[in-house]
Amino acid sequence: MNLKKNWWKIIAVSLIIYTITAGFLGKVPRLPILHETIRNLYFHVTMWFGMMIILLISLVYSIKYLSSQKQEHDIIASEAANAGILLGCLGITTGMIWAKFTWGAYWVNDPKLNGAAVTLLIYFAYLILRGSIEEEQKRAKVSAVYNIFAYVLLLVFLMIWPRMNGVDSLHPGNGGNPAFSSYDLDKNMRWVFYPAIIGWTLIGVWMMTLKVRIRKIQQQLLNN
Amino acid sequence: MMRYIFTILLSMFYSAIALAQEVEMADDLRRDGKIYIVVAVLLIIFAGIVFYLINIDKKVSKLEKEISNK
Repeated sequence: MNLKKNWWKIIAVSLIIYTITAGFLGKVPRLPILHETIRNLYFHVTMWFGMMIILLISLVYSIKYLSSQKQEHDIIASEAANAGILLGCLGITTGMIWAKFTWGAYWVNDPKLNGAAVTLLIYFAYLILRGSIEEEQKRAKVSAVYNIFAYVLLLVFLMIWPRMNGVDSLHPGNGGNPAFSSYDLDKNMRWVFYPAIIGWTLIGVWMMTLKVRIRKIQQQLLNN
Repeated sequence: MMRYIFTILLSMFYSAIALAQEVEMADDLRRDGKIYIVVAVLLIIFAGIVFYLINIDKKVSKLEKEISNK
């Protein structure tokens, strides 16, 4: 392996090894209802953070495509969307399991949860849109424009709406509930939480770049 | 009066301790060292995934080389 090109993959793997080890053995606040499940912060919450960062990459490359019309940018945008959606699906399923054992149900009618579901549906629509246009340049252009709308809607449904006045939410960090960062022992948790975000995001980026490279090879084979 | 307040404060303090102890955590599991087994299992699974990713990465690099040499 070329170290100059792949150093960040080593960082990604080390960060996740650290997350798994420190995430299970480190000190966490003792809270009723949550008990040890508070450790899900390092795994469930980081999926969503990773998703948002990777979808932001997708957005950036969509905008780049619109100004450059380079096919490479379209490939990166679509594969970043794929990787982001994967992390989002993992986030929503892990969230459901967590909800079942803390709130008592897999799904509760909560703005944060419904917002997350709507966001995923918006991105599923992106995939369907891509799949339904045959002509390459048209597909790239239409989906790039859609991607911009999609990210704006993501911000609205994940970040703004659940925090609005009058919207009540069970989810930590929303509807007047404290996020985990405000708990007593937050210092210990931050030391795992932030590296975990970077680690999972980099793993997602790694998977994304693999698919981008495969797609480029495919393209070259088609052109020859 | 002072003694009264002191008693209330003391009882509050002890009930807080009791509450902290009531919260169930995997203390015994950790004391027995069994949580380390879970960590080990997860690390092995993750190692497997990383091994697989590296394998794909290498294969893609090889294909890239082959195609650029054409």
